[in-house]
Amino acid sequence: MNDKLTVKGMEFESRLWIGTGKYKDFEETARVIEASGADVVTVSVRRVNITDRKSANLLDYLDPSKYKILPNTAGCYNVEDALRYSRLAREAGVSNMVKLEVIGDEKTLYPDTIGLLKATEILAREGFIVFPYTNDDPVMAKRLEDAGAAAVMPLGAPIGSGLGIRNPYSIRIILESAKVPVIVDAGVGTASDANIAMELGSDAVLINTAIAGAGDPEKMAEAMKHAVIAGRLAYKAGRIPKKLYATASSPLEGML
Amino acid sequence: MKFTVNGEEHITENDTLIQLLRGLEIMPDRVAVEVNLSIVKKADFENFRLKDGDIIEIVNFVGGGNASYRV
Repeated sequence: MNDKLTVKGMEFESRLWIGTGKYKDFEETARVIEASGADVVTVSVRRVNITDRKSANLLDYLDPSKYKILPNTAGCYNVEDALRYSRLAREAGVSNMVKLEVIGDEKTLYPDTIGLLKATEILAREGFIVFPYTNDDPVMAKRLEDAGAAAVMPLGAPIGSGLGIRNPYSIRIILESAKVPVIVDAGVGTASDANIAMELGSDAVLINTAIAGAGDPEKMAEAMKHAVIAGRLAYKAGRIPKKLYATASSPLEGML
Repeated sequence: MKFTVNGEEHITENDTLIQLLRGLEIMPDRVAVEVNLSIVKKADFENFRLKDGDIIEIVNFVGGGNASYRV
């Protein structure tokens, strides 16, 4: 069964996408990604350390022929910065994809969706494949799609909160109306959360903190891998309706 | 000549971008460079002449997932 995720003609093997922040070192990052089975990994754009040239480079550990590198604009709080980081990321030469973040508030890390929409429009026009990180707001998801987003990435809960999918109904509405893939980004705390996101019909899930912050990140990466596969299969299989009363599952016929 | 490289003052005899990168032991294929807020294309690194007082930013990829706090 071919059930590959396709975005703008690109095929992805795994529906679990991994952020590479907060790991102990690059070795751990590489081991976790291997255990997760992910083929998309997000990275951030930062100044090169020019005083310590002995420090290792993340790309030494992530073979760009094996993984699709998805640069993000983490740390950007306005449109100008988000555009600047996106253009630098593209120039660094691994990809014209960008996970676009325009953050509106430090306490919640919720997106500034007005800025996000503007930046999405501009970058899509410049030929970027834009993955905007947005609220679980069906109207904004549609606006982003119309502005040229390649996929939309609604949050399940605030970044790093581990609260899970707080508003599955909104995610469902987004899924119903979206013509582009929907990738739940942020909020997953443990495997069941990733599973719920996939059972709702999301096209993929992006996880960082829930794995990086787990007691054993490699084990959690493997748990997430199975949760995402199970959730996708359950979605494709079609669940039974929920009912208030019992329905027997053994036959009456042949009873004494 | 005196430049600002990644926020730090830098004095060097190197006057092309590629020489500056080599002097700093930076592999050009892994980075992106901005001079006075304009991106310099990789193909132009070789011939790009720097001027005294230029503000240079050299960036690469680091581990990151979602968001970070304001600088």
